[in-house]
Amino acid sequence: MNVIIIDYDAGNVRSLQFALNKLGVNSILSNDPEKISSADKVIFPGQGQASSAMIKLKKKGLDKVIPNLKQPLLGICLGMQLLCLKTKEGNTQGLGIIKINVEKFPDTVKVPQMGWNTVNHLSRNLFKGIKQDAYMYLVHSFYVPLIDETSAHSFYSLNYSVAIEKNNFYGVQFHPEKSSNDGLLLLENFLKI
Amino acid sequence: MIAKRIIPCLDIKDGRTVKGINFINLIDAGDPVELAKRYTIEGADELVFLDISATEQKRKTLSDLVLRVAEALDIPFTVGGGVSSLKDAKILLKNGADKVSINSAAVKNPNLINEMSNAFGNQCVVVAIDAKKINNKWIVHLVGGKEKTNISLFDWASEVELRGAGEILFTSMDNDGTKNGFANSALHKLSKIVNIPVIASGGAGNLKHFYEAFEIGKADAALAASVFHYDEIRIKELKEHLQKKNIPVRL
Repeated sequence: MNVIIIDYDAGNVRSLQFALNKLGVNSILSNDPEKISSADKVIFPGQGQASSAMIKLKKKGLDKVIPNLKQPLLGICLGMQLLCLKTKEGNTQGLGIIKINVEKFPDTVKVPQMGWNTVNHLSRNLFKGIKQDAYMYLVHSFYVPLIDETSAHSFYSLNYSVAIEKNNFYGVQFHPEKSSNDGLLLLENFLKI
Repeated sequence: MIAKRIIPCLDIKDGRTVKGINFINLIDAGDPVELAKRYTIEGADELVFLDISATEQKRKTLSDLVLRVAEALDIPFTVGGGVSSLKDAKILLKNGADKVSINSAAVKNPNLINEMSNAFGNQCVVVAIDAKKINNKWIVHLVGGKEKTNISLFDWASEVELRGAGEILFTSMDNDGTKNGFANSALHKLSKIVNIPVIASGGAGNLKHFYEAFEIGKADAALAASVFHYDEIRIKELKEHLQKKNIPVRL
């Protein structure tokens, strides 16, 4: 299977590659629009700051390529947030695939949310075999509100989307590559889509 | 609900764990990767690797180790010890560390916090603070506690938050090694004045101490070394205890 991880200097992708290795997949890091378009599966990782991430994507024309992909794509963390219209982080325009704005957690809770939180999901696709209220590892200051495309939610001062899906576009706010066995299962489910 | 985290800390010297460790069923008890794996299986939420070696070869040994740990581990881990530049941090993050912890270097060059936060995001910047109570004031110490400063723990904590730290690892030098419990009142105050997660460190001796760090100290995570290394506390047993006392934990 040809799995491409979109390369835009997005922090720790090493662990993601190791996790995919465990599932028998040798992923390739690339920012080449052609390679990305012809992949079987695309992973859009994330860590870092939204506006600088968008600048890097635009430089390679990837802001035009990603919304037109037809194969399954998994956005992780910032990768999921950038699938949305706009994010409060640096007032950045996202890719607009999911029509919602990304908000910042209120300061009634510690920001970033850092650690393991329970995930309540609709048992579809990505979450097959993962029990309700499984713990996943999260690190984020911004969140996607609940929407029609929400496929899982978590609670941190409010209920928010911890996973979304629309057609071939999937997004998870947590880091599956850092979420022990359940995280690995989620990646495996994604590869099977 | 977000869980309170339990974090074992491994001291590393020249790529090996230091402090005698009496785990059974480990092929090589000095190998940090073996230990890390065992802690993961037992239910650790995160790990901290603290490099205490001071050789020339250090950086290379450490970055190789980070790569091996990242390959073996599927939970987050922080690496610290002697990180003093953006370049140091970048190598560790590229090799698979989730967070980098800085301590003395942050006090000597506070701008390093801003630089790291801007370059990598605040989620991977942990500022470690060692402090000691002197004349009823909590004072920051450097170089593993050897060098006293004039800086107040609470002032420094606020400053590191403003500069972009994503988390504070607070070690009470007064409590460290005593096994009499964490510095809960200082923790409580810290947790009130900053709005980023606080990791409690120093003083863990029994199950109740962890409960108190969360309940009284309002810590978001608790770190310990020897009680875990010497099997005085099993992580699973600790988490079951905390759950019984209504502290949310990942079991």
